[in-house]
Amino acid sequence: MGPLQIFRLALKALRRNLLRSFLTALGIIIGVAAVIAMVSIGEGAKQQVEASFASMGTNLLIVMPGSSMSGGARGGFGSQPTLTRDDLKAISTELTMVDAAAPDLRTGAQLQSEEQNWATSVHGTTPSFFRIRKWNAARGATLTDSDIDSGAKVVVLGATVAEKLFGANAEALGQLVRIKGVPFQVVGVLERKGQSANGQDNDDTALVPLSTFLSRLSPALGAFLPGPILVSAVSGEAVPRAQKQVTDLLRERHRIAVGADDDFNIRNLAEVASAQQQGADTLSSLLASIAAVSLLVGGIGIMNIMLVSVTERTREIGIRMAVGATPGQVLAQFLSEALTLSLLGGLIGVGAGVLIAQQLSAGFGWPLLIRTDVIFIATAFSGLVGVGFGLYPALKASRMDPITALRFE
Amino acid sequence: MALLELRDVTKVYRMGDVDVRALDGVSVQIERGEFVAIMGASGSGKSTMMNILGCLDRPTTGEYLLDGQSVASKSRAELAGLRNRAIGFVFQSFNLLSRTSALENVELPLLYAGVSSGAEREKRATGALTRVGLGERVDHLPNQLSGGQQQRVAIARALVNKPPLLLADEPTGALDSKTSVEVMQLLSDLSHEGMTVVLVTHEPDMAAWARRVLVMKDGKLVSDAKQQPVKGAA
Ligand SMILES: Nc1ncnc2c1ncn2[C@@H]1O[C@H](COP(=O)(O)OP(=O)(O)O)[C@@H](O)[C@H]1O
Ligand SMILES: [Mg+2]
Repeated sequence: MGPLQIFRLALKALRRNLLRSFLTALGIIIGVAAVIAMVSIGEGAKQQVEASFASMGTNLLIVMPGSSMSGGARGGFGSQPTLTRDDLKAISTELTMVDAAAPDLRTGAQLQSEEQNWATSVHGTTPSFFRIRKWNAARGATLTDSDIDSGAKVVVLGATVAEKLFGANAEALGQLVRIKGVPFQVVGVLERKGQSANGQDNDDTALVPLSTFLSRLSPALGAFLPGPILVSAVSGEAVPRAQKQVTDLLRERHRIAVGADDDFNIRNLAEVASAQQQGADTLSSLLASIAAVSLLVGGIGIMNIMLVSVTERTREIGIRMAVGATPGQVLAQFLSEALTLSLLGGLIGVGAGVLIAQQLSAGFGWPLLIRTDVIFIATAFSGLVGVGFGLYPALKASRMDPITALRFE
Repeated sequence: MALLELRDVTKVYRMGDVDVRALDGVSVQIERGEFVAIMGASGSGKSTMMNILGCLDRPTTGEYLLDGQSVASKSRAELAGLRNRAIGFVFQSFNLLSRTSALENVELPLLYAGVSSGAEREKRATGALTRVGLGERVDHLPNQLSGGQQQRVAIARALVNKPPLLLADEPTGALDSKTSVEVMQLLSDLSHEGMTVVLVTHEPDMAAWARRVLVMKDGKLVSDAKQQPVKGAA
């Protein structure tokens, strides 16, 4: 008997009890669908985290002003301005491991064009900012040193803001935008960058020169910068040394005694990224193991029904043996029934899982990554479950004594 | 050389603490082409002997030679092969697969014999069904056939691989006398075509078709006589 004939025999037997076969396969269907849906969503989340950190650059440090929390009831980082424009200059010029440094001051503001208005976060910064974040202008230019020196009333818009204020197709360059009532000229529109790691729209932004920001939009106390400084190290490997240099420099400049707390805090984006990635990994493997357990439960269902089926069909087994079926052929018959059940269940489960993943991702706005290797592994695993759990019932059938089987009522 | 030979065969079933000697030292030879009837009271060991002859069961002691070869040393798979190619078995209770057409029932031994062409199987199974007079009913399910017709499907299944030996354990036991005669006529015809036929029956009317009658009692062979078959020579 060839494999094709055995498969046909299996299909026929399964069709004979169609509802039961479907209910048995349902365990595998749900298991595989769960695997596909959960792993696709888990992988999607992982990929998004990876992509957004890759876009931000892994050699980024964020220097936050403010005292540490360790000395009792003090404000959090960023609550007190402790960084100055001179600190910024020192960091960007004096340190060997630092490639560039830029302030990242922010204020929420209503932007108005002739026709539209749009609330967004306005950044006050320097040209280095664009270098650090690797943000480039799609049209026009980014900010220049002379914009900073002269306190020019110019603005670079993110793609979303440009679209909201001037429409999808209109030219924003050269137009006037009022920010807190002050007219700014649009000199550049940034390339579209998409969502950030925490789901924010990176394109919903507007950038103005630091000097203009401080004088027109968000006046600061003296020389203090009311916001963090972004620092990029010369390379990914140089990040820890750059962090050390910045710490030493600022402690010296702020005259902090040995043993006293920093009045600033440095965040290492690579660390944040790897922590987030680890989180996504854990989520992924947690989802995968839940899904694997449900597959296993499906396998037990198959074993259960196959055992019932072998007992019910004892007489059939006796008849087949009497006319010449070898133990191996009987084994193959029942094993292939279990395998067919689980593989068909697996295939239906793949379809259902992809559908569910797409529905969930559309409904909740979750990112999605359907990997063909996951589909392949899930299907192969369901086949393995079928063989694994079908083996015992099939062995039981093949070991029957023909006479006893024929006498079975 | 005899086609079948039992040498001092015993079969002991253990029922709790007592041993039931279903066969108790049976020795017999059956030549090719013979038409043998085995008679005896219920429980005398006829079916036990048939099951051993049919390679469905093995003796507890003694030897069974099929075509000169001892069966004792053969594996389960080898015995299955013998049942498939060398022996056709007909049961009192037909033992057809339910919800399976006559044709597919008859194709079963061909499937296990490795006839992979579906067309070939169908042709040979249809031939066997035609031989037993059911050429028109190949697509019927067992429960759409009368008892006599079901038994003829079973005979077709036993014939389809053209084995040299046909074993029938009370094939007419569940049939009325008219269809019994039809089935006996069929067995008699097969015997005349050269097939070796061994038949178990407790009805003297049926045994009368055979050319040799064995009588069993309490697991022993108590009589072995040749006779002129009264019917069937036609
Ligand atoms: N599987 C078995 N287990 C125990 N005893 C059995 C079994 N098969 C047959 N017997 C016993 O063996 C004896 C012969 O049975 P059997 O060959 O079926 O008789 P017959 O076919 O002549 O009526 C009986 O006493 C019967 O009860
Ligand atoms: Mg009997």
